[in-house]
Formats: sequence, C-alpha cells, structure tokens
Amino acid sequence: MIELNVNGKTVKYDGDEDKPLLWAIREDLGMTGTKYGCGISQCGACTIHIDGQAVRSCTYPVGALEGSEKITTIEGLSEDGSHPVQQAWAELDVPQCGFCQPGMIMAVSALLKENPGATDEDIDATITNICRCGTFARVRKGIHLAKKKL
Amino acid sequence: MTKLTSLSPSTLSRRGFIVGTSAIGVGLSVGVLSGCKDTSAPKDPKVDYSNLPPNPEVNAWVHIHHDDTVTVRIARSEMGQGTSTGLAQLVAEELDCDWEKVKMEFPTPGENLKRDRVWKDYSTGGSQGLRGSQQYVREGGAAARQMLIGAAAAKWDVPAEECTTDQGMIFHKASGNKINYGAMAEAANKIEPPSEVTLKEAKDWKIIGQPKLRLDTAEKLTGALKYGQDVELDGMLMASVKACPILGGKLKSYDASAVDTRKGVKKVMQLGDNAVVVVADSWWTANKALEEMPIEWDAGEFAEYSTADIDKLLDDGIQGESMPGNVKGDAEAALAGAEQIVEASYNFPSLNHACMEPMNATALWTEDSCEVWCPTQNGESVLSAIAPVSGHDISKCDVHKTILGGGFGRKGMPDYAVQAVMIAKEMPGTPVKLMWSREEDMRQGFFHPITKAKMRGGLDADGNITGLDIKISGQSILAALMPQFLEQMGGVDLFTFQGLIAPGTNPRAEDQTLKYTFPALKFHHAMKNPPIRPGFWRGVNLNQNAIYLDCFLDEMAHAAGRDPLEFRLAYLKDSPKMAAVLQAVADKGGWGSKDGRHRGLACIYGFGSYVAACADVSVSDNGKLKINKITAATDCGHAANPQQIEAQVEGSFVYGLSAMMFQEINYENGRPVQENFDSFPSMRIADMPEVETIVMPSGDFWGGVGEPTIAVAAPAVLNAIFAATGKRARQLPLKDQNLRG
Repeated sequence: MIELNVNGKTVKYDGDEDKPLLWAIREDLGMTGTKYGCGISQCGACTIHIDGQAVRSCTYPVGALEGSEKITTIEGLSEDGSHPVQQAWAELDVPQCGFCQPGMIMAVSALLKENPGATDEDIDATITNICRCGTFARVRKGIHLAKKKL
Repeated sequence: MTKLTSLSPSTLSRRGFIVGTSAIGVGLSVGVLSGCKDTSAPKDPKVDYSNLPPNPEVNAWVHIHHDDTVTVRIARSEMGQGTSTGLAQLVAEELDCDWEKVKMEFPTPGENLKRDRVWKDYSTGGSQGLRGSQQYVREGGAAARQMLIGAAAAKWDVPAEECTTDQGMIFHKASGNKINYGAMAEAANKIEPPSEVTLKEAKDWKIIGQPKLRLDTAEKLTGALKYGQDVELDGMLMASVKACPILGGKLKSYDASAVDTRKGVKKVMQLGDNAVVVVADSWWTANKALEEMPIEWDAGEFAEYSTADIDKLLDDGIQGESMPGNVKGDAEAALAGAEQIVEASYNFPSLNHACMEPMNATALWTEDSCEVWCPTQNGESVLSAIAPVSGHDISKCDVHKTILGGGFGRKGMPDYAVQAVMIAKEMPGTPVKLMWSREEDMRQGFFHPITKAKMRGGLDADGNITGLDIKISGQSILAALMPQFLEQMGGVDLFTFQGLIAPGTNPRAEDQTLKYTFPALKFHHAMKNPPIRPGFWRGVNLNQNAIYLDCFLDEMAHAAGRDPLEFRLAYLKDSPKMAAVLQAVADKGGWGSKDGRHRGLACIYGFGSYVAACADVSVSDNGKLKINKITAATDCGHAANPQQIEAQVEGSFVYGLSAMMFQEINYENGRPVQENFDSFPSMRIADMPEVETIVMPSGDFWGGVGEPTIAVAAPAVLNAIFAATGKRARQLPLKDQNLRG
C-alpha cells in the first residue's frame, strides 16, 4: 500500500509496485486523460508532472515514488481548462486529433513554469513529444501566446 | 432548385468500395454517441429546459433543442482532420442557424442501417469527408430549414414563401411575426419533407468559408475527451494480443501455465491460427504476461525473408514486363529521337501509419447482441465485419464510434475490432477492451506500398521534352485488399498511377489525373507484390508518384539548362489551376531570389485538389539537412474552413517529411525490424520548418484537403536538396545519408 498525492488529493494504491505510473493513473485511479502511445518514453503522450517536472509516466514505476511527491495529471492542471497553456491552445485551435495534446500541454506547462521566457531554441531542446497529426507550428505559436498569459 | 440527391442511392467511394459490403435496410435500435457537451445557455432563464421532453428531430441531420441548440449528425469519422466541424458548417449554413449554438454527434452505423442508410457513407478516407458528402448534407440542412419555415407559416397562417430566416429565427415581415427554431422544431418534424430545395449560392455563404474554431477542441485540452483507448464499461477487462510477427507465420504453441495463475490474469487464449491473447484486470498486467509467456511460432515459407528479397523482386520488375497505365503517342520513338536522354531511379519504402493511438476496440458479447466501441474510419465496415464473427444477425450488432487518436488510413481496416469480438465472445456478458501495444501496432500494419521507379526522359536540342517513360515496380493495394476491383479493371491497378492517370480513363479516377501535358508518354507498372500487407496510407500512391514525376521533371529541367519553374509551367498550359498554385508558391516562397538560399518546387493534382510547395533548405558541410521554410498552396475549389485547411497543410508536411527523413519498415527473418518510435522516428518540433499556407479556392468544385499536400512535401525538399548540394537524393528515407557524400 502506497499513498500518492495526485492532483492535490491523497489516494491509496495497493497494486503492483512495478506497474508504471501511467497505468496506475489510467486504470487504478480511473483518469484517462494521460495516454499510452509507445511505452518506452519516446512519444510523450503520457507526460505528467512530478513535483512540477515533466515526467513520462509510461516507464516510471509506482514503486520509485516515495509518496511525498506531488503528482499532477492533465485533469489536475487546472480546474476548468483555464491554465494559460490550455487557453492559448483553445485560442489557436491547436489540437487536430488531440490524442497527444494532454502530454504536449503537460510538457509545455512544465517548461514554462521552469522557464517563463522560453525561446524557440529552448522549445526545440525541451519539447520532444511526438504529434503525428503535425500540430507543431501551432504548438510553437501556442507556447509564445501562453507566455503572455502567464 | 435541386432535387434532393440525399434521397437517391449513395454511390460508393473508392474506400467505400472495399468496405461498403454491409447488408442494407436491416433495422435495429441504438443510441447516439455525443461528441460534444452542451455549452449553450438556455434562452429564457425562467424556463427549465431540461425538464421539457426532448424535441423530435427535424430530419436526420438536424435536431433542435428547445433552447435552440442545434445538433448536427455526422456520419463521417473525426480523426483530427476537422471534417465533423466542416460538415456541421455546411449543414448550419443551409439551416441558417446560429453557429454558436451548433454541436455535433455521430449516429451509429446500426441506426444508419435501420433508417435505410439515410446518412449514407461512413467511410472516411480518400479525403472524401467534405467533398463526398457536401451535396447531401447541405440539402439536409436546407430541407430542415424549409420544414421549420413550413411549421411557422402554418402557425401564423401566412404563405411559407413570405417567411425568411436568420440566425435560427423565422420572420414574417408583413405580420411582424417572428419565432425561434427551438419553438418550431416539434411542429417541423410533422411537416412533409420537401422533394426539392434551393441551395444558397456561394456568394451568400456566411458560415461556410469562415475560419471557425473546431467544435471539439475544449475537451481535448483537459483530458476529458474519451478516445477508444479510454472507453470504460462496468466490469470491463483488458486484453493484449500478439499475432505472429513473421510474415505469413502461424502460432505453434504457447505455455499459458507460465502466466495464468498470476494475480489479475483472467484468461489466456489462442486467437485464430496465429495469435495469443491475455485478458486481465489491467492492460499492463495482460501485456506483461503476454511478453513473458513462452510462445513458439511456426515461421512458414517466409522465415528467411528480408528487405534484400523485396529489393530483388522490385528490381526484377524494373527489368521485366509491365502493364500500361497512361500511354500517349510513341514514347519509345520520342526517346530514340531525342538529343539528350535523362535517366533516374527512385524508391519509396514500406511505412507504418503509426497513429498516436494504437489500434484498440472494446467489445461486449451476449447471447442476444454484440456491441463494439472503437476508433474507426468506417463504422459500417466494422459493423459488417463483426456481425458474422459474433454469430448474431447484423441487426443485433452495433458499433459506437469514438473520436480517433489519428487514423491516416489504418483505422479504415476493421481487423482489431474483429479480434475484440472474438475475445469477447469467449467471455459472454463481460466487456473486453483490446489494446494493441505499440509494438503490435508496428508489426501488424497495413503498410504503405513499397515501390521503385525508373524514369527516362528525352530532350530535344532546345531543351524541350520529347517523351517521358516512368516505369513503376512494386506493390498493388488493390491486389491485396480489393482483388475483385482489380479484376474489373482487367488486372491493371489504375490507382498505382494516382496523379499520373490520363483524364477520361475511369470516372472513379478523375480526381487523380495528370495535369501536365507531354508530347509523348508511357507510364507503366510492373506489379510485384511482396508478402507484406499493403494499405491506404494518407496520400496513398500519390506520395511516391509525386516524387517519381516531379523530382524527375526537376532533373530534366536542370539537364535542359532551364529554370525548373519555367520548365514546369511550359507543360502546364492546359491546366491554369495547377499553374496558378505553382506560381503562387514560387512568388511567395522567393523562387528566383538571389539571396543565396536553396529552393525546390513540386506540384501535383490529387484527391480533387491542386497543390504545390516551395521548400527552402540548408545542407551543412557534413551533409545534414535543415528544412527552413515551406510555402504551400492549395486550390480545393471551395474552402469550407480556411484555418482547418491550414492545419491540414501544416500537418501534411509533418507526416510526409517524417517519412522522407526517417521512416521505413525493413524485414529480417520475415519480421519487421522497426517496432516502436525509437527505430521508426517521427518529426519533433525542432525538425518542423516554418510553413506558410496559401489557401486559394477558385470556387467551382469541391476538392479534398487531408491528403494531397503530403505528396508535395518530399519532392519539394528533395529538389531543394539538389539546389543546395548539386547532388540528387534518390533513396528514401534520407536518415543517415550524407547528402553531400
């Protein structure tokens, strides 16, 4: 039994400690905004925050947590979709299929928290999520728009 | 006035041909899956609209709530291409309602069957979403408007023709009457549907042609939107499947006892003759058990098969006999009499679709019924595929389409839904969600056809083309997936010539014809089918044919010492629309500027639209490519939603250039080598060039948008690489090649 702090709430997890956080979040906690895309930390669809840092949850075993960490998923980024990144994404109609976007938004929001003035070079070096629809042009515009809303 | 074509039998699209096999006219009762939440505010704050019984529909396309919320029902699937928003715009335009109160939902294929296919074709491919349904959905909206007017006119006892509408209100000027649609929806349902409607002229459009925001964005930003992967049903179990990874191989044996006592594992079973499934209370548990279970495969005849075998097969095709696709004049004689002969060979590899959301389907089988929830590009093909597997009559089955996490052609195939039903049938009453691992998704694809081509062109002393010979060797999608259609065409797969087809060859290929005019040409195909399952991959055969044609024209232009823009335009005199998009990208893309930048051009006609691109690239001293900017132009006739067209064009470069730069599926010992994004990379944001999109609708036709631009991505960049290096890159993917080497 491990106690986890997810989106500001304490939840009990008594499953397999080898299970990646992605599956604990999706199946044990029932929050499906965090997506499975590759299982090997390549695509970033499973990106969440652990203590504010972007983490690819598909390869992060629950047992690696101490329990004190603050875990944030897309469901907990804001109460009503009002995070500056979500607002910028809505204004620019960034998503196409949208499947990668929860992970993209989590990666971008972590970047802007760490580096509110992120440049194009910072974006290129930090945002490595895959989007097969190819929303990158609007993602970039969205990041710069979100900076103004921070 | 136009007669309502929506009342006539639907014509099947190319994709529809594959899968439009459902029995028609079988009834069953099913619910409707809503794609959007109701965010509109009630009209009168004193009225609790939720307590009113819902209005009946006005007609199949239009339901109007008491509070004037308009729900437009869309048959085509939504996979990010924006079709659902575009089609809703078309209906809303003719309905003349308030766009801010529009939402959309998907009727199920079962409901479509029950209602004699009133929503027609569910197939969502071939960039047909808008162009293939624009006529009947606009008529649906216009008919609903007419019925609403009829109801109001009867209520006021005035002639219907004196009534007007605007923004979801009906007006009668002489009497001063006015009323909102929501108040007339119930009465409109009882009005006889009109047999003829008048559609608005394009100049009067207020919603079509506007850069409206998508209807489904909000839920995509909070994680609330449920994709197939996210379907949850009470008591549901999870399944992972592993089919034989070796081409044509079978399952020999598996040791269920190694995993079936593990905590959470519910069932280990064989699926058909080539796959094993583990069902558990968690997908991670199921997949881990599957990975760790000893499985032996019966490799079969392709145990040693490799990419070298495919190369040899295709090379044999280049040397051997071929079938004509487009022949004009005597190309051989024209080449024989030429002053200069230009020759080149290019290839296009096998590719996986790699949708972000791997294949998945949830099935619930009982003694009486079978239901499936899944992301699919064709709900009707899933329904017709699962019914026989379920053992139930099709009237006892239905399919609930979810939004797709990418489709790109892959999710037009129903294989994964069939698997889910096979599993669920072994567990009556228990819903089972089958999810493929990324590795399973990569191995069990319907891959982009693999081809090579040899081009020969003749130039006269003035640098004009005398004749052109393009010989394509390789895979036919139709041979594998639609053999009956191939037979109808006399064994020639006309669609392998997509973009190269002579106008007038086949009515179903008119949207894929060659727009260049050459004095003599011979385009022919040596059909060579390796044992890889081919499929429709976004852009389909236009992808390689645009490279074969347009890179080679670039080579000929340089051999002739002519400007590649001027050279192309000289052969586009019969196609002003093609010439216009090419000229547009040249002008905006800085073609001809003496600024030291390196540019390449490409243009093609496909899926009924004219597209062109101008790429600006740099190649480093050690031969590494950097794509700086791409200027793209699209003439799709009518542009229903310009900002969504821009999104499709930008995305097309990511899809097309990811393939050109990084992607191929190779085979060793009969197995695909690439199994995940580490070995089958896709572009990241750092690789993304600036894209400037020119949407230039010429206004007298409806062309596709989702696919054509992909085809110009690679040739424009390949031609720009030559401009930068003086060397041709002819082998795809570029990956580790030193482009200066």
